[in-house]
Amino acid sequence: MAEPRLKAHIMDEAAVRRAMTRIAHEVVERNEGSGNVALVGIVRRGDPLARMLADEIEAIEGVRPPLGTLDTSFYRDDYSKRVVAVQQASEIPFAVDGRDIVLVDDVLYTGRTVRSALDAIMDYGRPATIQLAVLVDRGHRELPVRADYVGKNVPSSREEDVRVLVPPFDDGLAVEIWETPAEGRGE
Amino acid sequence: MLSVRNLIDTTSLTADDITQILDTARGFAEVNSRAVKKVPALRGRTIVNLFLEPSTRTRSSFELAEKRLSADSLNMGGSTSSVVKGESLADTIQTISAMNVDMFVVRARLAGSPQLVARSTDARVINAGDGKHQHPTQALLDLFTIRENFGRLDGLKVAIVGDLLHSRVLGSLAPALRTMGAEVVLVGPPTFQVADPTWFGCEQTDDIDSVLSEVDVMYMLRVQLERMEGAAIPSSREYNRLYGLNARRAALMRPDAIVCHPGPINRGMEIMPEVADSHRSRILDQVNAGVAVRMAAMYLLLGGEDHGMSD
Repeated sequence: MAEPRLKAHIMDEAAVRRAMTRIAHEVVERNEGSGNVALVGIVRRGDPLARMLADEIEAIEGVRPPLGTLDTSFYRDDYSKRVVAVQQASEIPFAVDGRDIVLVDDVLYTGRTVRSALDAIMDYGRPATIQLAVLVDRGHRELPVRADYVGKNVPSSREEDVRVLVPPFDDGLAVEIWETPAEGRGE
Repeated sequence: MLSVRNLIDTTSLTADDITQILDTARGFAEVNSRAVKKVPALRGRTIVNLFLEPSTRTRSSFELAEKRLSADSLNMGGSTSSVVKGESLADTIQTISAMNVDMFVVRARLAGSPQLVARSTDARVINAGDGKHQHPTQALLDLFTIRENFGRLDGLKVAIVGDLLHSRVLGSLAPALRTMGAEVVLVGPPTFQVADPTWFGCEQTDDIDSVLSEVDVMYMLRVQLERMEGAAIPSSREYNRLYGLNARRAALMRPDAIVCHPGPINRGMEIMPEVADSHRSRILDQVNAGVAVRMAAMYLLLGGEDHGMSD
């Protein structure tokens, strides 16, 4: 089987940070301040991105919004196809009722993770609104889901792999596209 | 994805299997602490609880776990099942399996019954305690409790004390602890000792006072009065004096050492109330962990049936 190879660098660290700064401003503008906003990072890479977004909002507003972590494993629709052990348990250390919740994830693709995250967050209470922030929207939706805040739209083919690198899971902060040469593809 | 199809014993589990179950159980422990203690993970799956031996604690724990996973469950007890009417266990299992069930949870007085069930069905099987053989979910909840307390299992030293000979808890716990890199020492009166402690990779002693200051965990086994064949101990007072964990002995333990017990407790026999209710006791944490660990085992065993398909 052919090895995947790096096709393109989409965003470097400075570009990712600028995108997160812009998203922070958009969140504050849309919600008329951040007083009622809480951020929820979807494990795994949404979690450190939510933390970055909290830093940015704190820099603008002077107050750090509450921050939670959401693992959607128990709500996924592909459970019968694959099951993986939980790597990081959910932690929602604030009351969800009446909040404006901003879900944060690295890549928006089929929309299935977001669907499971919506079900999961509803089991914690009844938020006033749920909004979605993603660093990359790569298209190919399978469900009627759209993001409210997008770092960058990256048109991609299904054969490509859009990788968001973010500490502590990766060295450095970046977005890359990888491709697997056609002759070796398939499992 | 676990390396095993069924959870019959802990000796078949790898360190990676155990780590997956304990990590996933943390996720379920969080679910169990919410106002809505239910997830849709096992929606549409059917689980049969086949309890051929009376059990209140283990059965309630499994039942709660199934409900919180959104599985449909069916309870079959010894007195109401056709095993009593003379139908063989294998025939009973084949009949129920024909109704397309996904999992059997089996509790039996006879060691080996869960293996027999597994051979008679394509459904997954969890052993909920078979005779003096194994009780794997008890061992896993013990490991979960100990790991949550110390943050690790590797390098810990655990004393398992009491009725070693009649204990299925020992049969599951000692191998699982060894797999995870913990050291185990067995403590019991000569009449309760196992014939060959090296099978468990353990030392064995009859002197409880010699281990108190060395261990991180004192795991007190229940003296199984109902399983006792003949008079293996002279009296419960004498057992308590020689092997019971009392305040004097607890004071000799390391400052951060803990006390576990699989329950139900014989207060005044293997453990004194002042220790069972002390800051060292993790007995209620163990009960609490039971539901989360059983949810994790069922979740990981029943998922990924079509393993190998890419998405």
